[in-house]
Amino acid sequence: MATKVVMEALSPTMEEGRLVKWNKAVGDAVKGGDVLAEVETDKAVMELVARGDGLVRKILVPVDTTTPVGTLLAVIGTADEDISALLAGASAAAPAAAPAATPAATPAASSSSRPSGAAASGETSWTQAPPPPVILSAAKDLLSAPPAAAPAQPAGAERSSPLARRLAADSGVSLGAVAGSGPGGRIIKRDIEAALAGSGASSRPSGAAASGETSWTQTPSGPGFRDIPLTQLRKTIARRLAESIGPIPTFYLTAEYDLDRVTEMRLAMAELGDDYKVSVNDILLKAVATALSQHPEVNAHWLGDRIRQHDRVHLGMAVATDDGLIVPVIFDAQAKRMRDISREAKALATRARERKLTPAEYTGSTFSVSNLGMFGIDQFTAIINPPECGILAIGTASDQVVLDGGTMRTRKVLRVTMSCDHRAIDGAVGARFLQTLRRMIENPLLLVY
Amino acid sequence: MAQFDVIFLGGGPAGYVGAIRCAQLGMSVGVVEREALGGTCVLWGCIPAKSLLESAALAVKVGKAAEHGITVGSLKLDYGPAMKRSRAVSQQNSKGVDFLFKKNKITTIIGTGSLAGGMLVRVTGADGKAETHTAKKAVVIATGSRVKGLPQAGLELNKTTVLSSDEVLVLEKAPQSMAVVGAGAVGCEFADVFSAFGTKVTLVEVAPVILPLEDADCSAELAKAFKKRGIDVWSGAKIGNVKIGAASVKMTVEVGGEKKELEVEKVLVAAGRAPVTDHIGLKEAGVQLTDRGFIKINGNFETTAKGIYAIGDVAGPPMLAHKGSREGHVLADQLGGLHPHPVNYGNIPNATYCHPEVASIGLTEAQCKEQKLDYKLGRFPFSANGRARTSGETDGFVKIIRDAKYGEILGAHIVGAHATELIHELAVARENEFTVEEIDLAVHAHPTLSEAIAEAVLDSLGKMIHA
Repeated sequence: MATKVVMEALSPTMEEGRLVKWNKAVGDAVKGGDVLAEVETDKAVMELVARGDGLVRKILVPVDTTTPVGTLLAVIGTADEDISALLAGASAAAPAAAPAATPAATPAASSSSRPSGAAASGETSWTQAPPPPVILSAAKDLLSAPPAAAPAQPAGAERSSPLARRLAADSGVSLGAVAGSGPGGRIIKRDIEAALAGSGASSRPSGAAASGETSWTQTPSGPGFRDIPLTQLRKTIARRLAESIGPIPTFYLTAEYDLDRVTEMRLAMAELGDDYKVSVNDILLKAVATALSQHPEVNAHWLGDRIRQHDRVHLGMAVATDDGLIVPVIFDAQAKRMRDISREAKALATRARERKLTPAEYTGSTFSVSNLGMFGIDQFTAIINPPECGILAIGTASDQVVLDGGTMRTRKVLRVTMSCDHRAIDGAVGARFLQTLRRMIENPLLLVY
Repeated sequence: MAQFDVIFLGGGPAGYVGAIRCAQLGMSVGVVEREALGGTCVLWGCIPAKSLLESAALAVKVGKAAEHGITVGSLKLDYGPAMKRSRAVSQQNSKGVDFLFKKNKITTIIGTGSLAGGMLVRVTGADGKAETHTAKKAVVIATGSRVKGLPQAGLELNKTTVLSSDEVLVLEKAPQSMAVVGAGAVGCEFADVFSAFGTKVTLVEVAPVILPLEDADCSAELAKAFKKRGIDVWSGAKIGNVKIGAASVKMTVEVGGEKKELEVEKVLVAAGRAPVTDHIGLKEAGVQLTDRGFIKINGNFETTAKGIYAIGDVAGPPMLAHKGSREGHVLADQLGGLHPHPVNYGNIPNATYCHPEVASIGLTEAQCKEQKLDYKLGRFPFSANGRARTSGETDGFVKIIRDAKYGEILGAHIVGAHATELIHELAVARENEFTVEEIDLAVHAHPTLSEAIAEAVLDSLGKMIHA
């Protein structure tokens, strides 16, 4: 008797799945339990196994297609069997999720469920149950667990080169957050470097085109941004987190930066004359712009069905006016010198207070900064200005006593808090941006590098 | 007039490997070759030269037979039979490629090919008759390179006294004396061969060291070994005042501030090869060259003309058979719709087969310094290696350059017996991003020359055992 192959609910929350790969072709013989295909669920890429013996008679859904759970994907039967009735029902109502899918534990729980099937529960069963779906690549932590806390995945350990592992361990990059570009998807050195550079390591190179050489047919200048299609995992993150916290599922990251060198730099510049006077805020704006240019995943817009990562940094700066808050924009801040940023920030703030801003001057920002330091606020959280995905709240610089080689001294510290739209920015992604920003602020010479 | 999916111009290591791979992937393939399959490598390069080097090594070894208690009477050296043997080995290899083509149903088109517009290739046979063939998918230029003289130094090739490697490969006897001009791989190898066959060899190199592309330590080690064998090594030399006679060549060589007069029976010009780009219709087809005269390609081996590709020596340095072969393989996979890993040009081994052999991969120490890399060195001499002592081949060393922080193998350089075989452990390691620690973790059999690699690695970690 012919067997239907349907899109199974391979995880408890799965509603649709994307067919990643067919392991069998039409005409191939299969036995129950054989891996037929790989399916990307909302959490991971899983194996879809055959629930019957025979030949693959028909494949209805091509690779890369996303279908709801229950959709008929293929038919297994004997060579001469009439399967037209099954095919005719293909578009009919989706059957309930296959019961055999229930042993699929959530990825988080799967590490403890080592024994397979009924034997674990003490029962014996004569009818052999198909093996539970194997997780090919585990879902990443949805919440921003620090990399150190992530346990080694027994089944889905990321394949990586020894050198990549060392680089990752040293730089704090989680291998799970990096897409591999080596043979068979192995994570190699350049992937870690790309992750550190924040250049969106998710794109896998295909063929020689990835070797960095120019292609004759390709025009060199792009649109200045790239749209990242939403993966099933990303869709789930977006939907679930939004349900939980409101339209923008925001979380907050706070970091404390040593401001001594910025202070030194500012004083040294001021000594050169009035022309070189900049404020701490100007230096911070420059640092944020530079860091953003290295982290397009943070310099992004959430567009509902995709994330737009911007190569150019249009930095919004919140200005308090008598009428209320307005956020004028320093366009292409990544390419502007500190002097230009300083002058522009001053001019924009003045024009804002004089209500002279044109709409073009306060729309189009890709990321914003809000500074309440001058009001003596130590630390606060700012509200994201959609479709932006993040905003940085800067508190006041305060003196802190620290132990330095056994003696006490004071240093200037600054607290910043980044609000992140979790639909686009995961904890580790935001943290890496703040890490880069720390490097810039604590070593402001990097801003001229 | 025949139609193929892919037509290769040239049946050398780039073209023939690409052709076989294309055929494996189900494409119909024609290969245009004007001489014989195998190209320079099989006929006029790697293979005959290595055959002669084996003969040379044997000559040196037999000279030491008495140490082993073996008496062979008086040693008589005759280049002629060694040359004939090398030709036979070449022929055998070329026939091997012939066999592989038949097995893979590849059509060999004997004649000189040129682009004839679009995807057409015109082939002119030895009888002057031309026919035109069409390629549906791709025309691949794999015409390779050829020897070039040094006319700017007064050393125009003349086939009697001023020779290229092509001619010395078929000399009937070794000359009394020879100047080898150019001490790259080719020059060093022939200096080795002729010195072993009794020729008084003077190796002349314009760069300050011989094998100038290798790590400076390797160059110095080889120069030392060559001098020990009686080869005059003149590096940093300037040739002038060349007088080409009927039976000898005279020249003035300025080396180390001193002017030396040199008179030799033959000069081997071993400096430089030029890509074969003329008379193959490149200009008409719109295939552009780089300013160094190679065919301009992008990362997919595409030339500036649609459907025309280029691989191997003609497509740019390094001009090495194994680089060309890999390009042929990757291009074939591309044409077959696969997604091959691109050629890793940073991990192509260099090999010079003189004695001692020199092999390397990755960066030299000078390059590391230039790139301001933070590195550590490890070095182990073969004189402290048991296996090397048993064969009496104790010249040379293994040098490992590793990243100071992460242990990445930045470069590896070996001088010594079988160096060209040993280097591949490091090629695999680098390709897989193993660090020095993984090399150390792998148990190396004892006694082997490979232990020297393990020891050099340990040295780079500050824990060498045997020296």
